[in-house]
Amino acid sequence: MAQLVDAPDRSSAAGRSKGPGRRREPRLDRVPRGRQVGRVRWYTYAVLTLAVLACLFPLYWMFVVASAGTEAAAEMPPRVVPGGRLLVVTQLVFDTIPFLRSLFNSLVVAGLIAVGQAFLCALAGFAFAKLAFKGRDALFLLLVLTMTVPASLSVIPQYMIIAQLGWVDSLQALVVPGLVSAFGIFWMRQHISATIDDQLLQAARVDGASSWQIFSKIAFPIVRPAAFVLGLLGFVNAWNDFLWPFIVLKSPEVYTAQIAIKALQSNLTVDLGLAMAGSFLVTVPLLVLFAFFGRQMVSGIMDGAFKG
Amino acid sequence: MSATLTPQAGRATRGTTATKPVESRWERLAPYGYVAPFYLLFAVFGLFPLVFTFVVALFDWNPIGDRTFVGLDNFVRLGEDPRFWNALRNTFSIWILSTVPQLVIALVLAQVLNKARLRFASFWRMSMLVPYITSVAATTIVFAQLFDRDYGLLNFFIGLLGFEHVDFKNTVLGSHVLIAVMVTWRWFGYTTLLYLASLQAVPRDLYEAASVDGAGEVKQFFNITLPSLRPVIIFTVITSTIGGLQIFTEPLLLQPTSGTTCGAERQCQTLSLFQFEQGFGVFNFGYGSAIGVALFAIIVVVALINYLLSSRVGRRA
Repeated sequence: MAQLVDAPDRSSAAGRSKGPGRRREPRLDRVPRGRQVGRVRWYTYAVLTLAVLACLFPLYWMFVVASAGTEAAAEMPPRVVPGGRLLVVTQLVFDTIPFLRSLFNSLVVAGLIAVGQAFLCALAGFAFAKLAFKGRDALFLLLVLTMTVPASLSVIPQYMIIAQLGWVDSLQALVVPGLVSAFGIFWMRQHISATIDDQLLQAARVDGASSWQIFSKIAFPIVRPAAFVLGLLGFVNAWNDFLWPFIVLKSPEVYTAQIAIKALQSNLTVDLGLAMAGSFLVTVPLLVLFAFFGRQMVSGIMDGAFKG
Repeated sequence: MSATLTPQAGRATRGTTATKPVESRWERLAPYGYVAPFYLLFAVFGLFPLVFTFVVALFDWNPIGDRTFVGLDNFVRLGEDPRFWNALRNTFSIWILSTVPQLVIALVLAQVLNKARLRFASFWRMSMLVPYITSVAATTIVFAQLFDRDYGLLNFFIGLLGFEHVDFKNTVLGSHVLIAVMVTWRWFGYTTLLYLASLQAVPRDLYEAASVDGAGEVKQFFNITLPSLRPVIIFTVITSTIGGLQIFTEPLLLQPTSGTTCGAERQCQTLSLFQFEQGFGVFNFGYGSAIGVALFAIIVVVALINYLLSSRVGRRA
């Protein structure tokens, strides 16, 4: 199964600069020795540049159309530079639907889910990693098995339950089921096992600390970075979720931002600029978040991966 | 892996706590409290609905509460429903068109990103995660415009090359390709990072030794990279099966006017869309649940086949 390795083995890479390289290539060209770029060739950067352009271009395009207004979407040849109407179009989005409200709803839902995941998954992960209790291994196995159940297949009964609880058309329907996840618990358990020394916790035990005190005063502070990343990922997923909100939210006041764009798109099929502006406004908060914490997210995803 | 996992160490922990004068009952029950939220929520919103789907599928059931037991009638009807087979074909077509390129691209990029002396490494990695943080809804709206028949950027270039414009949205193959492009765009960077993480655990000496022995980059890829990625490849194939066969949002938003049918001829209606149409469009909960059960069975079978196939990847080496 997946294992966390404390640090990827980079040491062996550092010392060796002069492998014989590719055969046909003369070895001492241009690059001074010792600073040889190793086997990274120009086409490596060409491939990567292409991939990055492919990743970023659609967002740039979204911005171009959003800032130029609807007519820009129908220009031939297509417009490639942003226009100056971003504020006007944005205003139009806010006038057409309660979009600010939707952004706020999304923020509340995604924020609560992020906090819930970071805290509850760390707590459960701590119990699985460091506390002895009867049935622990069986419970953990059950947890791993739940990850293989494709949840959205049973949307109809899920909707019935939400209806029974009286939560249709309310934000609880989104928040409560998302507060804690099997993946998150699994992930936190791996982190806690790998980073926290048993002896530290046992010392605290001997001093009479309860398991809650051990968690909150010792374990959680140590794994806070990992819990933070988990919260970020939870935030991104909740912010971008579509199917479930689409099913349980009926009235515009409770729409999350994703559902609001859908409303924009279907009410005004012709007005592409408006839909693009909405999409752009929904994406910007995450881009800002990503600008600050993207590095942590990347390493968090890589940490959670299978290694070896 | 932590030492406490072994029963022996567990006993050791208990031994330590036993030296304490009192161990309250709360202290013994606390761990159950810590793990309880997950099991409670899963029971209510995950497990119970799953089991209940099988029950609802046996009924003629509408939201007002009228229900009649009809046994397997819904499934018989499903087998005879051309709309079901159409949705099944579409789902598989879109899934294959999106999964294969995605995994191949990710494999190549991971190999490229794993170079020891790559510059701007974290810039490349972060850029590739941008599609992942972009929502499906936004993605679909942008790509639908880029691939538009009359005004799309892509068709503009196709036109410059002297070809006829392609109607991506409204043809069967075209809409499938378009949806597959969106899925691939959103996920290839994420998959690349998973592969890269796995590759970084491979000792670099292995590559160095291979290149000393005169193995070129292609040979290294097939003899070192691919075999060491086997577990993560299996993992991504399975997860993309589960995700890909449930695809919903992209086809829904692609055709804003026709919605859940994804075109007048149901060109890109997937099983999830069909389920939604039956469940929440015409409010036939029983029939909708039967579609859910069928989809569940299909996913289990396909995931199993995938597992068996992909565990052969690179085994020879």
